[in-house]
Amino acid sequence: MSQQPRIVFEAIEASRSFDVSKGPLQRVLSGEGRRILRAVDSVSFGISHASTLSLVGESGCGKSTMARLAVGLYRPTGGEVRFEGQNLSAARAQPALRRKMNMIFQDPYASLNPRWRVRDIVAEPIRAFKLLQGPKDINDRVGQLLTQVGLSAKDGEKFPHEFSGGQRQRISIARALSSEPEFLVCDEPTSALDVSVQAQILNLMRDLQNRYGLTYLFISHNLAVVRHMSDRLGVMYLGRIVEQGPAEAIFRTPRHPYTRLLLEAIPDISSVGRRRTPVGGEVPSPIAPPPGCTFHPRCSLANERCRTEKPEHTRNDDVLVACHAVQEGRAV
Amino acid sequence: MLRRFLDSDFAYAFRRSPVAVISTLVVVVVVLAALLAPYLAPHNPFDLASLDLMDSLKPPVFSADGDSAFPLGTDDQGRDVLSTIMYGTRISLEVAVLAIGFSLVVGISIGLLAGYAGGAVDAVLMRIVDVQLTFPAILIALLVDGVVRALLPREMQEALEIDVIVFAIGISRWPQFARTVRGSTLIERGRDYVMAARVIGISSARIMISHILPNVLGPVLVIATLNLGLAILDEATLSFLGVGLPPTEPSLGTLIRIGNNFLFSGEWWITIFPGLTLAAMVLSINLLGDWLRDALNPRLR
Repeated sequence: MSQQPRIVFEAIEASRSFDVSKGPLQRVLSGEGRRILRAVDSVSFGISHASTLSLVGESGCGKSTMARLAVGLYRPTGGEVRFEGQNLSAARAQPALRRKMNMIFQDPYASLNPRWRVRDIVAEPIRAFKLLQGPKDINDRVGQLLTQVGLSAKDGEKFPHEFSGGQRQRISIARALSSEPEFLVCDEPTSALDVSVQAQILNLMRDLQNRYGLTYLFISHNLAVVRHMSDRLGVMYLGRIVEQGPAEAIFRTPRHPYTRLLLEAIPDISSVGRRRTPVGGEVPSPIAPPPGCTFHPRCSLANERCRTEKPEHTRNDDVLVACHAVQEGRAV
Repeated sequence: MLRRFLDSDFAYAFRRSPVAVISTLVVVVVVLAALLAPYLAPHNPFDLASLDLMDSLKPPVFSADGDSAFPLGTDDQGRDVLSTIMYGTRISLEVAVLAIGFSLVVGISIGLLAGYAGGAVDAVLMRIVDVQLTFPAILIALLVDGVVRALLPREMQEALEIDVIVFAIGISRWPQFARTVRGSTLIERGRDYVMAARVIGISSARIMISHILPNVLGPVLVIATLNLGLAILDEATLSFLGVGLPPTEPSLGTLIRIGNNFLFSGEWWITIFPGLTLAAMVLSINLLGDWLRDALNPRLR
C-alpha cells in the first residue's frame, strides 16, 4: 500500500486581507492611509483523503477566516485554494463538486434557522442539489440522517429552539451529511458545548469519518480536542502557520516556541500544582504586525535576527517550522 | 393548539392589560360592523329608491324629535347616519388595509435588497428613503394622488378611484418598513444559518425570501399595525380635503367633510358621529400596536 493518498483539499500560499480603513472622507481629514488587515497570510497545506487536518491558534489568528476561505465564503486575495485538484471557485461552480463540501459551524444556536423545522433544515441540501425527488423519499432520508446522529426521526417536526446545544450540533451534522459530502470544514464545532457533550460530538464525528471516509478540516483553539481528532496539525499565529506536521510528532516534540507555550497551557490532571510559564502579552494587531518574526515580542528566545527577518519554513523530520531559533539550534 | 396559545406568556400579558383588551374589543366591534354592514345596517344608504327627502336632517333618537328608525339621525339626503358610518368604515378599512399591504410589499422588498446587497445598492436605496422621510407622508400622498389623477384619462378616473388612493397612501408609507427590514436584514445576513445556506450554493434571492424574510417579519408587522391607524387617518384627511373618495362612495373622511357643512347650522350629528367612530378606531388600533410592540419586545418584559 505505497500508493500516495489523494489530496482532497489544498491551500497554496493562500492569503486573505480585509480593508478596514475608515471612509474616504475621514481618511483625507485625518491624514490616515488605508488600513489592511491580513487575516490569513500565505498559508499552504494539503489534506489527503479520509484524514483530518487541524488548525489551532488563539482568537484572532485567522483560523476561522481560513475555514471560510476553504468553503468559498471568502475569496482568497492572494494565492490559491484548490478542491479535488481544481481552483475552488471553478469547483464551486459545478453542483456535483459543490455538493461534496459542507461546513459545520461553531455556534449551534446561530447556525440553524430559528423559523425552520428541523426536517427542512436537514433537507435543504438534498433539495438544493436535487439528490432525491418526492416528499416521501426526502422525509425518509431525513429520518435516517437524524437517527444516524443519535436523534429520533420524529425530531424532524420540531423547531431548533426545542433542542439543547449538543442536540443542535447533531442537527448541524445531519444537515452537513445530507448532501453526501466528502470534505467537511468544522469551525470550532464543539467550543460552544459543555465538556461532557463535546466528547460525544467528537466521537460521533470520528465514527462518521470512519464510516464514510470523510475528510475534515478541523478548526479549534482547544489542543485536547485537536489531539483526539487530528492526523495532521497546523499551528497558526497571526495569520501564518508557524508549525505544521503529523499531529503526534508535534504533540510529542513541539519545536516552535509558540507551540510549546500552547501545549504548556493544557490542563493536565497528572501535573496538578506544576509551575507554568504563563504566555506573556497579547496577540499583536494583525493590522500592524511586528516586523521580522511576528511572535518575537512574546518569545523568550527572540534575538536581533528574529526582530528583523521573517523566518522561512524549514523541515525537521516531517514537521515544517518557521523559527530562526529552531533553525539555528538555539531552541532546546 | 388553542390551548397552548391560551397558556402562553403572550395570552397572559394580553389578559393582564386592560388597554389591550378594551382596544381589541373596540377594533373587533368596529371591524365586524363594517364587514357585516350589508346585513347589520338598518338601511342601505346607497339604495336611492329607499331614500326619502322627507326623512332628511332628522336628529338622533335621544333628542326630542328623534325617530327610532334612524338611531343616529339622518343627513341632508335622508340617509341614515349609522348606516353610512358602517358602510363608510368599510371603505376606510378597505383602503387602509390595501394601502398598508402595498406599502409592506414595496418596503420589505426594498429593505431586504438594500440590507442583503449592501454597498452601493444599499446607499442609493437608503438615500431615497431618507429623502422621502423628510416630507410628511400626507404631503407625498397628496402629491401622488394629484399626479396620478392628472395622468389618468377622465373615463378611467371613476373606475380607479380606490386604486389611486390606495397607491397614493401606500407609496407614502413604505420607507419606514424598508428601514426596519434593512436594519434587521443587516443583522441576519451575518448569522451562521445564512452562511450555511451560502456554503451549499443557495441563491441570494432564495436566501432573502426563505431564510431572512421569516426572521425579520416580526418588528415590521408591529409597525404595520401602527401604520394601519395612520393610513386610515391619511385616507380620511385626503377625503376631507376633497381629493379622496367622492360622496358616491363615502368613506369616514368624506362623511366628516359633508357633515362639516352642517355643523354651524346645528345638525352636529352628521359630522360628529363619523368623527367619533374614526377617533375610536384609530386610537384603538394605535394602542393595540403600541401594546403589541412592547409585548413582543423581550427587553421590556
